[in-house]
Amino acid sequence: MSGRVGVVVFPGSNCERDAAKALATLGAEPEVLWHADATVKGCDAVVVPGGFAHGDYLRPGAIARFSPVMSAVAAFADAGGPVLGICNGFQVLTEAGLLPGALQKNRGLKFLCTTVPVRVESVRSVLTSQVPRGTILALPINHFEGNYTCAPSTLRELQADDRIILRYVDNPNGSIDDIAGICSPGRNVVGLMPHPERASEPLLGSVDGVVLLASFLDAARGSSPPGDQLREREMPARLSTEAGTPSSRQAS
Amino acid sequence: MLVGPGENAGVIDVGDGIAAAIRIESHNHPSAIEPAQGAATGAGGILRDIFTMGARPIALMDALRVGPLDDARSRWILDGVVSGISSYGNSVGVPNVGGELVCHPTYIGNPLVNVACLGLLPVERLVLGRASGVGNLAVLLGSATGRDGIGGVSVLASAGFGSGGDDPSAADGDEETAKRPSVQIGDPYEEKRLIEACLGLLDAGLVVGIQDLGGAGLTCATSETASRGGVGMDVDVSAVPRREPGMAPFEVMTSESQERMLAIVTPDDLDAVLAVCDRWEVRAAVVGRVTGEGGRLRILDGPDGAVLADVPAASLHEDAPRYDRPLAPSPARAADAPPPAPADAGADLLDLLVDPSWVYRQYDSQLFLNTIEGPGGDAAVLRLEHPTTGADTGRALALTTDGNHRWCALDPHRGTAMIVAEGVANLACVGARPLALVDCLNFGNPEHPEVMWQLSQSIDGMADACLALGVPVVGGNVSLYNESQGHDIDPTPVVTVLGMIDRLERRPPGVTLVVDGLLFLLGARSGEVGGSRWAAVRQGGRSAGTLPALDLEAHGAVCRLVRDLVTDGLVAGAHDVGDGGLAVCLAELVASSGIGALVEGLDGHGELFGESASRVVVCAPPGERAEVARRAAAAGVPVAALGVAGGDRLVVDDLVDLAVEEVARRWRQAVPGALLGVPAPLG
Repeated sequence: MSGRVGVVVFPGSNCERDAAKALATLGAEPEVLWHADATVKGCDAVVVPGGFAHGDYLRPGAIARFSPVMSAVAAFADAGGPVLGICNGFQVLTEAGLLPGALQKNRGLKFLCTTVPVRVESVRSVLTSQVPRGTILALPINHFEGNYTCAPSTLRELQADDRIILRYVDNPNGSIDDIAGICSPGRNVVGLMPHPERASEPLLGSVDGVVLLASFLDAARGSSPPGDQLREREMPARLSTEAGTPSSRQAS
Repeated sequence: MLVGPGENAGVIDVGDGIAAAIRIESHNHPSAIEPAQGAATGAGGILRDIFTMGARPIALMDALRVGPLDDARSRWILDGVVSGISSYGNSVGVPNVGGELVCHPTYIGNPLVNVACLGLLPVERLVLGRASGVGNLAVLLGSATGRDGIGGVSVLASAGFGSGGDDPSAADGDEETAKRPSVQIGDPYEEKRLIEACLGLLDAGLVVGIQDLGGAGLTCATSETASRGGVGMDVDVSAVPRREPGMAPFEVMTSESQERMLAIVTPDDLDAVLAVCDRWEVRAAVVGRVTGEGGRLRILDGPDGAVLADVPAASLHEDAPRYDRPLAPSPARAADAPPPAPADAGADLLDLLVDPSWVYRQYDSQLFLNTIEGPGGDAAVLRLEHPTTGADTGRALALTTDGNHRWCALDPHRGTAMIVAEGVANLACVGARPLALVDCLNFGNPEHPEVMWQLSQSIDGMADACLALGVPVVGGNVSLYNESQGHDIDPTPVVTVLGMIDRLERRPPGVTLVVDGLLFLLGARSGEVGGSRWAAVRQGGRSAGTLPALDLEAHGAVCRLVRDLVTDGLVAGAHDVGDGGLAVCLAELVASSGIGALVEGLDGHGELFGESASRVVVCAPPGERAEVARRAAAAGVPVAALGVAGGDRLVVDDLVDLAVEEVARRWRQAVPGALLGVPAPLG
């Protein structure tokens, strides 16, 4: 099947074309999900891209979480559908309660646009299923509010459940426990501050984001909400091993 | 060239049905008073100039000049300006791909904030800011109109700072504080929605003409569109959405509230226009109607209300006064004596190093996935894709900004020609040929005859260089009255040169070295230090002496050679010799790559620190040495083997012997260190 990926667009989003382009290069069929429409249009996966949804007024994601589309995204996620929040999308997902914690201003109080090394800490997520644990990826970051924080009990839970999927090698923003990306208990909702779509071809200087997007697209192709079925195979065999060998299972 | 000077932006045809719109503009005085908002609204204003032409903005660049960073106010200005451009540009969603940072006492109290913008549009969609069609409607899009920025242009742009005036007792601080309400406040979220709405209207073919609201607000936008279209316009001032009650009509008409556009639409399309605006949550109100009334601009209070003003539209647009001010040459700045040879050239070199990454890491430089070479290189490289279909042309655009106040203070004619030459050399280092140039002329008070002379000389120098190098000037901006405490700034023309890479097959080599690479100096050798940064530092910060000669024909040959070497993949690194001379050029190659170099055979400190134009250092991998030398000979370009890259030290004859680590550290720490109060000479 195709791999139709919905890309949510709020007023103020700006990375939606980039995310769609990088996914399309990998064979996905991107589809715009407008913030005011309470539907994911039957897509196989949803990306909440970077940008400044609603101008980041109040704080990033604080207004976007109330958009009609987000109730549809929440239902899709509850049903086990793969959801990826990149940068501002990660902020939106935390505000919407689909991921725990919050993103506060960077240590140093400056916007930061640079490429940093990020280590894959868990293969057990829809974003990292095809990347061996310990792999170091060169990924661009581009944020002011990328300093992840959460309650101590939440952090212990994330650590114990192997839900910290990406860590900075050299923490650029003060994130607690060097966290660059996390996933939900069901491992189908992921959020990360780095931009994998910006590391998607040699001319851009890094292709290290491709393997992440390919993992996500694989999940999109393998999943078919409603999610009861998905939940049953929530942890396919390849996700439960840390070897992280790419799946031989092709799209169904 | 599709659109030349005089419109909102210059537009050129770049092939494959794509046109490029480009402009540079200053926001110097607002940034002096309120750095963050002043710079932010500068970015916002130039973006509107670009999408007014029907183009989607794809890149910004910022050329920043502030006082020395050991001055607290200059630090405050730099921090504010960068945060303003960062917060506005990042949020509005346009990558900032490069620029300049210069810190010098001439800019104390009067910083220069020049912002350039590049946009792309399908050739057939080009729109001009003109009204036509009697009965068509003028629709005001975007923000409600408030009292901010009333009289901004005339209060801020047309007077210097601390120039005394009628009240010599007025403290400068008070004077500047009093001007602060004239600075507008930017809202990038409003601008982002405005861009999407306007491009949506243009895609759907729903507008006849469109114009941004800049200086003098509605007055200027309505008179300009009417005048250009040869029509009149009735404006109903009561229909303008307002932020606050009780505004007088003149306040509504002259407010410079940001993020507003004026679209001319047919009555039949009005509903469709309003629907597009509604989707993007952009306010839209019909505020006027195109008339044939002999080109009269009439301001009415209510649809059939009292006529508050009735003037020929052209009188406000075209009949601007022309000045022919007296000129007087600046006194020649002969050096008392050439600066003595350095006691420690390595120490002098370390003092000249400035890595501007503290600035550009605060900007999103990668959005749209087209930034092949971002900030920090000689020029930015942007993959050229069709703006609506996304089709890849296999080509790329290159963009650079260049200025040098020291050269221009010494000789505004040759100094300006050298700036143009440097821009073309920067493009060559990424494999691009020049397509077009826009200029931003930052000068002092034109009522001073020597400033008028500098301006006149500078324009002549630019014309000479552009003619010789084959670069059309498609637009520009003039910023005058840059003076503070009675001192005019050094003349500071800044140019943005747009270039084309005809085959984008690989990333350009960049400012870097490879181990065992052979370093070649391409271009005529010179040991002249006149006008160099090193000499200025040695002479107490003041430029003196004579600028080195500039041979534009030879310069063109060097640039063509470098361009071909780069596009054919024969060199692993390339960097032109500019500010700081060969010394800084080599040090930057070393610092960015982390690889040392052993350089021999220079003609003393003059060749190390001199800033003669038309010189480029390339690093050829071992296998390409012979071919590089052969091509240089064939092009008739002098070539000198400088040495070899490798090791962990930068060694130049018996002049310089520094650890790579120290070079890199001093380079990286210059700006952050200065901002933390660590003294660092930034001549």
